[in-house]
Amino acid sequence: MWAVGRMSGFVALALFTMTVLLGILTRSGRPLLAIPRFSVTLLHRNLSLLATVFLLLHVGTLLLDSYAQLNIVDVVVPFLGSFKPFWQGLGTVALDLVLALVVTGLLRHRIGQRAFRAVHWFSYAMWPIALGHAIGNGTNGGNGWFLAGASIAVLLLAAATAWRVSAAFLETSKVRQGGLS
Amino acid sequence: MTPRGTAMVGEEREVASLATHRLFAAGPNADLASHALAFGPVPLDRVDYSFISVVEASGLTGRGGAAFSSWRKMAATGQARGGRAAGPAVVANGAEGEPLSFKDKALLAHSPHLVIDGLLVAGRALQAPLMYIYATPAVLPVVGAAVAARGDARRIKVVPAPETFIAGQASAVVNSISTGIALPTDRRLRLGESGVKGRPTLVFNVETLAHIALIARHGAARFRSVGSDRDPGTRLVSLSGSCADQVLEVEGDASLARILSTAGVDLAEVQAVLVGGYHGRWVRPLDYRLSPAGPESHVVRPGAGVIHVLPATGCGLEATARIVRYLAAQSARQCGPCMFGLPAMSRVLDAIACGEQDPGLPGELARLGHLVGGRGACHHPDGTARLVGSALETFSDDVAAHLTGRCTRSAGGHHG
Amino acid sequence: MGDTLHIDWTSCDGRGLCTELLPQLLARDDWGYPLARHGDRTNVGIGAGDSQAARDAVALCPRLALSLKTAP
Repeated sequence: MWAVGRMSGFVALALFTMTVLLGILTRSGRPLLAIPRFSVTLLHRNLSLLATVFLLLHVGTLLLDSYAQLNIVDVVVPFLGSFKPFWQGLGTVALDLVLALVVTGLLRHRIGQRAFRAVHWFSYAMWPIALGHAIGNGTNGGNGWFLAGASIAVLLLAAATAWRVSAAFLETSKVRQGGLS
Repeated sequence: MTPRGTAMVGEEREVASLATHRLFAAGPNADLASHALAFGPVPLDRVDYSFISVVEASGLTGRGGAAFSSWRKMAATGQARGGRAAGPAVVANGAEGEPLSFKDKALLAHSPHLVIDGLLVAGRALQAPLMYIYATPAVLPVVGAAVAARGDARRIKVVPAPETFIAGQASAVVNSISTGIALPTDRRLRLGESGVKGRPTLVFNVETLAHIALIARHGAARFRSVGSDRDPGTRLVSLSGSCADQVLEVEGDASLARILSTAGVDLAEVQAVLVGGYHGRWVRPLDYRLSPAGPESHVVRPGAGVIHVLPATGCGLEATARIVRYLAAQSARQCGPCMFGLPAMSRVLDAIACGEQDPGLPGELARLGHLVGGRGACHHPDGTARLVGSALETFSDDVAAHLTGRCTRSAGGHHG
Repeated sequence: MGDTLHIDWTSCDGRGLCTELLPQLLARDDWGYPLARHGDRTNVGIGAGDSQAARDAVALCPRLALSLKTAP
């Protein structure tokens, strides 16, 4: 249980990293090399769902694991845990955010674009919180290989975010800026 | 071509043929007493759903611009009512965002009770529990006072209309009344199906309602006694440009030259006429007739009733470039093709007007005009493209001259 | 009149997904917005062969700007 819990947490984080990167790419309106835009969107969605499955596996196995000393309240309410309450609390926050993102994502056509977008912005908060949880709480959090991987992920995300806020972000930025000069 | 500026239209602007025609028969600034004296009582108790067939017999079309058949609009709203519990809403639209149009303000200022009569008649025919008058700040006090002066108009709500170009577009009217935001909305359903508070909604121009008030009094035949079969009745026009600003009531299918002569315009000094407003069409020579139906070669659509005269000394391309600059700025920036297409058109037209010598410019302008058509929540891009298309056609000689670096007219000619 | 794909221009941001899914119906204009190749440009007619792709476009539009109107 313990090993499965740790491994699934790691996989979930890796998948969420890819999900966020693909989400930013989707938002730019660009295809990914030969992959058309709608496939990038689908990839973004399916990877996020897969990541959520691993996240639930991560939480579920550790809930059953006696060594982790996790109870059902800790899964929902952050910062109450007995072991490293702060770092574990970050994980709880990230989980809550992921659940909100998934639910609003799946109900997008019901709740409308405005509500969906308002919640979806929290993706940018979710990822660093999840990473913080992994580093502070994870058994391998201090390992060299993990930190190296995490650094690369942070760099990628930072670069993508910088690109996101840059003037040339949208595929159509150039023509549209010309159009409003 | 300054956007309308006068506070109380009609005080300074001459309203011609007040005594001779229909809608202003009660004289200037008519109060309830002079209104009743001139028109007599409105037979509201005789109005029911069958009144729609009277409107059908009259052949009345909307006077706000689209010239849609009035009875069809009423019938569509009435039929949408079918399975619903909530009754329809009727709106008197006096927004008149066209800078060159002031006939609706003149009508509301001088004959507000005729518009109220028409609104009550239309509301009664459709058994509408909700009635609104949507009017610009300039005439709001007059309209408010007129509604307050009557016992039968208590259910009418007077709503202020912002002075923007698109505030009078039907879905913007409904949006403004419902939410206070006077921007057009996407219309998956027609307003006749779902408008104010989700109710079937009928939006009529104020002049259309004034005609309805007279049709309710005197019948369809009297309405049709002037004008032609394809354009029965009378209509108000706002004249401006190289003549004094004035509102005329003219018979349907009137000849443009005759309207201009009546307004005191020297036809020899006219280069071209913009008919219908900023979404209208430049025409010359003047042997066109003003009618919403008929062949384009002989007929020009009156739109909202704007007639703007360009003097022989003016440059039509420059005048149009100024208008398109204004129209591009008036885009609500909600719809991409309008938000980006109109400024692009404006830039190309500016280049032509300024005498840039690139033979590709007119083709590019035509391409952009075609690109934006039919792609927006309202008809702002379509109207703009129509205006530009007519300018390229009517001023084709000037386009050719500009492309060789000269303008045949005096540069910077002033109009409006 | 058959089924149509309604474009809500006030929502559309020209991200281009629908033009990839329905290339035979929709091109992209200068600024990336969908441009119907034939006929009505706001209520775009769709044939039987395109109805699945049109449904996908409605589901995937990142701005929820598309909807299907079925013929009565």
